[in-house]
Amino acid sequence: MTVLQSAGRLLTGGGPRRDWLTGYLFASPFILGFLIFIAYPMLHSAWLIMFEWDPLREPEFAGFSNILKMLEDPKVNKSLFNSFFYTVIAVPVQLCISFTLALALSQPLWFRDYYRAAFYLPIIVPLVASAVVWQRVFHPEFGILNEALGWFGVDPIRWLFEPQLAKPAFIFMSFWAIGRQMVIFIAGLGNIPESLKEAASLDGANAFGRLRTVVLPLMTPLIFYNMVIATVNSFQTFIPAMIMTEGGPSDATLFVVLNIYRNAFQYGRMGYASTLAWELFLIIVGFTIMQFVISRRWVYYEEGGN
Amino acid sequence: MSVTQMPLEQPAAQAPRVAKPRRKLKERLWLAALQILITVLSVTFLVPTLWMVSSSLKVSTEVFAHPIVWIPRDPHWANYVTAFTGHLPLGSFIWNTVKIVVFAVLGTLLSSSLVAYSFARIDWPGKNFWFGLLLGTMMLPDIVTLVPRFILFRTIGWYDTFYPLIVPYWGAVMALYVFLIRQFFMGIPGELEDAAYIDGASRLRTLTQILMPLSKPVMATVAVFALLQHYNDFLNPLIYLKTMDKFPLAVGVKMFNDFEVQHWEIVFAVSTIMLAPILVLFIFAQRFFVQGITMTGFGGR
Repeated sequence: MTVLQSAGRLLTGGGPRRDWLTGYLFASPFILGFLIFIAYPMLHSAWLIMFEWDPLREPEFAGFSNILKMLEDPKVNKSLFNSFFYTVIAVPVQLCISFTLALALSQPLWFRDYYRAAFYLPIIVPLVASAVVWQRVFHPEFGILNEALGWFGVDPIRWLFEPQLAKPAFIFMSFWAIGRQMVIFIAGLGNIPESLKEAASLDGANAFGRLRTVVLPLMTPLIFYNMVIATVNSFQTFIPAMIMTEGGPSDATLFVVLNIYRNAFQYGRMGYASTLAWELFLIIVGFTIMQFVISRRWVYYEEGGN
Repeated sequence: MSVTQMPLEQPAAQAPRVAKPRRKLKERLWLAALQILITVLSVTFLVPTLWMVSSSLKVSTEVFAHPIVWIPRDPHWANYVTAFTGHLPLGSFIWNTVKIVVFAVLGTLLSSSLVAYSFARIDWPGKNFWFGLLLGTMMLPDIVTLVPRFILFRTIGWYDTFYPLIVPYWGAVMALYVFLIRQFFMGIPGELEDAAYIDGASRLRTLTQILMPLSKPVMATVAVFALLQHYNDFLNPLIYLKTMDKFPLAVGVKMFNDFEVQHWEIVFAVSTIMLAPILVLFIFAQRFFVQGITMTGFGGR
C-alpha cells in the first residue's frame, strides 16, 4: 500500500524544490542508517549463505551446502524445538496472567498504584541482573524457589540441571516479567466506555457476562498486539540462556539465537550463522503473518477505525 | 385498617432496600478477597528483587545458610567495597556504560527528531516509500543483520571500540522512536511554525526551538526507552568488545557471575548496583515509562 502510494506521489510530483532537498536532508540520518546498517547487512547476510567463512581465513564458496547442512543439523533442530516449545507455552500463559492481573488491578482496590508498580518492577530489572538472580532462585540447595516449595513438603528440585525441567523453569521465569503487557492491558481497560458496560448490565449481564460480551471483544486488538510482540521476543530469547545455563543441560535451553551466536562467534562459521539467522527471520515472519491471518477470525476492530 | 396495612406494605417497600446492601456486601467480600490475593501475589513478584538486594548485604555464611536468611543480621556493606576493589574493574564497567548510553541516547534523540520532522512536516517525493520502509524495519529482528554488521565494523577497524554501540543509533535505525516522535509532531498545530517561517526562521530552527520544546513528553519517553535499551544491551557489547576494561555493566555482571561463582553476595551486589540507577529513574520518571508502553502499545496497531 505504502509503496503504491509513494509511486503515486512520485508521479504527481512533490512540492516546491526547496522541500525536495530539505526533506531528504532531514531524513538523511534514516536513509543513510537504513542503507548502511540495515539494508546492506541484510543483503550481505543473504550473500553469506552461499559461503563458508571462518573470519581468520578467506571466504570459500559453498553453494547450498550451508542450507543442506542446516536442514539436518541436530543442534539446529534441537534449538528450533526449544524455541518453539518455549514460545508456544510461555506466550499464551503470559497473556492470561497479564490480562487477569490487569482486570484485577482495574477494580476499586486500595493501593492500586502500588500494586501496579510492584508487578511492573521486574521489567525494569536489567535482563542480565534478573538472569543472574533467577539462576540462584532456581538453585537446588540455596535457591528461594525450593525453599518456598519446601514449606509445602516438596523435595528440592534440580530445576536448571534437569533437561526436562530447564525449559519449564525458563517459562516460569518469563511469567515474572509480564509488567509491560499488563500496563498495556490496564490502559486498554481504562479506555472501554462505561456506557457500553452499563448497557450490558441493563440487558441483564453480570460481571462475567460483561467481561465476555463487552470487555473481551474490545480488548482483542491489544491481546493480539501483545501476542505478536511476545512471540517475536520469545523466539529471540538469548540472555537467560547465555547466563543461566549456557544452553545446557544437554542442550535443553539451546535456543535459536544462542545457537546462532555460538556458530558465528565461537565456532567462527559466519556463513552458516547467516543461514541460521535467515531461517529464524523467515520463521518469525511466517509466524507473524500466520497470526495476522488468524487474527481476522477473532480480533474485533471498530468500523471505520484505522 | 391503616394499622394492619402498615406491616403489609413495609416489607414490600423495604425489600429492594435490603437486597441492595446485601449485594454490595457480596461485592465487598469479593473485593476484600481480591485485595488479599493481589497483596500476596505482588509481594511474591517483589521477592526475587528484594532477595537480590538483601543477599547483597549478607556475609557468605548467611547466603548459604539453611533455612534461608531473609534479612541479614548485620548489613555487610563491605560487599560493595569488595565489588569495586576486586579483580574485575567495576568502576570501568560503570564509566563505560555511562559513555555508551549518553552518546547512543543523544544520537537517537537527535536523529529520530530530524527524521520524524521530515515525515511529519515536509512534503518530499519518496516520503511514503521511506516511511513504509521505516515501519517495515520495526518487525526486523536484530539477529538477521548481526553477522554482517559485525563483519562490517571489523573491516573498518571498529572492533573493540565503542563506535559500533553508538554510531548506528545516530542513523535513526530505531524505527519505533521515529514513529512515536512523528505521531507527536503530527498532533501539534502548524500555525506556530508558520508564524516563525514568516519571521524568517529556518526549518531546523523551527524544529529545535518550537517543535522539540513542545514535544517534551515524547522526547522524555523516547529518552527513557533508548536509555533502557542501551543500558541493558548485552549481545552487542559482548560481540564487539574484547578488552575487559571496555566492557559495560551488562557484560560486567556476567563477568562477576562467571568469576565470582563462590561469592553470591558480590554478584548480588553488582546486580543491585546495576539496578539502582534504573530504579531511581523509574521513581522519578514513572510517568514516561508507562506512557511509552501505552504509546507503543497503541502505536503498534
